[in-house]
Amino acid sequence: MHNLRRRHFLKTGGASLLACAAAISTPNIVLGAVRKVVVVGGGAGGTIAAKYIKKSDSSIEVTLIESNKTYNTCFMSNEVIGGNREIKTLNHGYDGLKKRGVNVVHSTASAIDIEKNTVLTTSGDRFEYDRLVVSPGISIKMGDIDGYDSAAAQVMPHAWKAGAQTSLLRKQLLAMDDGGLVILAPPANPFRCPPGPYERVCQIAHYLKHNKPKSKILVIDAKDKFSKQELFMQGWEARYKGMIDWVPGTETGGGVTSVDSAGMVVSTDFDDFSADVANIIPPQQAGDIARLAGLSDRTGWCPVHLGTFESKIHKGIYVIGDASLANAMPKSAYAANSQAKVCATAVIASLNETEMPEPSYVNTCYSLVAPDYGISIAAVYRLSEDQSEIKSVSGGLTASNASPDTLRREVQYAYSWYDNIVADMFS
Amino acid sequence: MRILVRIILFSSISLTVFIVNANNRTAMLTDTCVACHGENGNSLGPAIPSLGGMSRNYLLGAMLAFKYEESDQLNAAIESDQDLEDVEAFTRNSTIMARIAKGYTDDEIKIIADHFSAQELFVGQQEVSLTKAKSGKKLHEKYCANCHEEGGTSSEGDTGVLAGQWRPYFLWTMTDYLEGSREMPKKMKVKLEKMMKVSGIESLDLLANYYVSVIP
Repeated sequence: MHNLRRRHFLKTGGASLLACAAAISTPNIVLGAVRKVVVVGGGAGGTIAAKYIKKSDSSIEVTLIESNKTYNTCFMSNEVIGGNREIKTLNHGYDGLKKRGVNVVHSTASAIDIEKNTVLTTSGDRFEYDRLVVSPGISIKMGDIDGYDSAAAQVMPHAWKAGAQTSLLRKQLLAMDDGGLVILAPPANPFRCPPGPYERVCQIAHYLKHNKPKSKILVIDAKDKFSKQELFMQGWEARYKGMIDWVPGTETGGGVTSVDSAGMVVSTDFDDFSADVANIIPPQQAGDIARLAGLSDRTGWCPVHLGTFESKIHKGIYVIGDASLANAMPKSAYAANSQAKVCATAVIASLNETEMPEPSYVNTCYSLVAPDYGISIAAVYRLSEDQSEIKSVSGGLTASNASPDTLRREVQYAYSWYDNIVADMFS
Repeated sequence: MRILVRIILFSSISLTVFIVNANNRTAMLTDTCVACHGENGNSLGPAIPSLGGMSRNYLLGAMLAFKYEESDQLNAAIESDQDLEDVEAFTRNSTIMARIAKGYTDDEIKIIADHFSAQELFVGQQEVSLTKAKSGKKLHEKYCANCHEEGGTSSEGDTGVLAGQWRPYFLWTMTDYLEGSREMPKKMKVKLEKMMKVSGIESLDLLANYYVSVIP
């Protein structure tokens, strides 16, 4: 079966060499108009798509449109909230991509003119493209939780986009009295970084244990199960016993339904809770530009062809990362990285009219329970033969009976993971 | 094999265009490794091992050991494939790689090993105690240098390149050998046990300092 699949996707090495040679002799590459790729969004997906397209074929003009001059990674931002990391270590700039020949434009993409193959920005510029990659991440759904809007987010931070929100939550924890109650409200699936809320619980608990040990954390979850659940609960029991109360969705009728940010009240259908610090993580959807351009469906996320990440709605436009509906792959940085590489290969294959090899996808994600206690999840995926599914073919979690030594190693590997994925993105 | 094609256009401005074969199965597979193991398999610190500079057979042995875990399965896989006849594989402990390596066919593992063994090792900066490195050098020469040639920079004989590897990774690996969660060649076992008996557990730290101090 496997051989069949391979035949479907690729020829032999010799054939691919010929295909390459054929691509080079195609006149439009050597003499024709410059082919243009625009990438919207300079995060875990967009940086990689831009870099790998440019790296594969330097004759393509690649423009990356990103609002921020400095990017804050969401990954590792929970360590900032717990006090084990400075926020400036999450900051990364775009000079490395510029050196690679990517045209980096700091502006916000405000519209996509599908007819004219053009991206418009808030600064009034227009960028034509032959292929467009959209990697806008998430947009927080304000108003889904009654009373939670952008003003409320200044009082009850979501901290689900790293930066000022991360620092705000950290500041609130520092200001809280010992004996205070921290409420954390994770959303229903799907959302960015499935283990993220529970790693955050660990990081906050670590800070409280060492600084404000009479304090408690109440997790009012919208769902009944969560990522790495057994491992997290084991970690909570081992390190933060009695500090954390996790309430599944069925016990509250589906989690937090409204907030009163002025009164610091968090409510479910049945109860009201007074919080000293409230971290509300609302439901999410694909980043604004993807929805504005009509790339999303009624789920709020963007359906794509799983072998290329080309939109199922608009040809020639690719959607990667958190915004895409990537089947078995989670909304994680490593998944976005992996999708971006498949997408970059597909964009090149499409522009150079060469054959697309069988895609290969990986996810690797670490969570830090304590400074000497790390856990991970990993998966290798393949595209199903009918191309309708991305299937996990191996992977899994840290063993639940892993030794303390293994858990210590996972922390150091997590730090290397961070430095390497960031270098992949920005240098 | 990475295929790099260079075209020079003669026009009013001389322009160099690079096209790496995007139709390349190698890049599709190995690009997924580099987000953890670094560009060209040269990892940043503090701990994920670098792959560049390792021999093909060493990398094959490592990936197959992760994939098959048990020694009878590992040996069966190696014996059933002529391409693998020079691979001397020993089971090894891992945190995450056993979960990942199972996702690849043996043929894909060959492609991955070919690619990373063709890359040069780049060495990141690590703190080093030169006094300890000096003592470590003596230990290296006495117990390790027969196989790990040229100050541990060589992959000759499909040994692991020790020079420049991340210190925590080196120490964990040695711990695994001593605890029996990673198999080692008989010759190494004799030498390591002797070193432990004569110089004790501190010798690992001295060796680590030496290998950090050697620039391949």
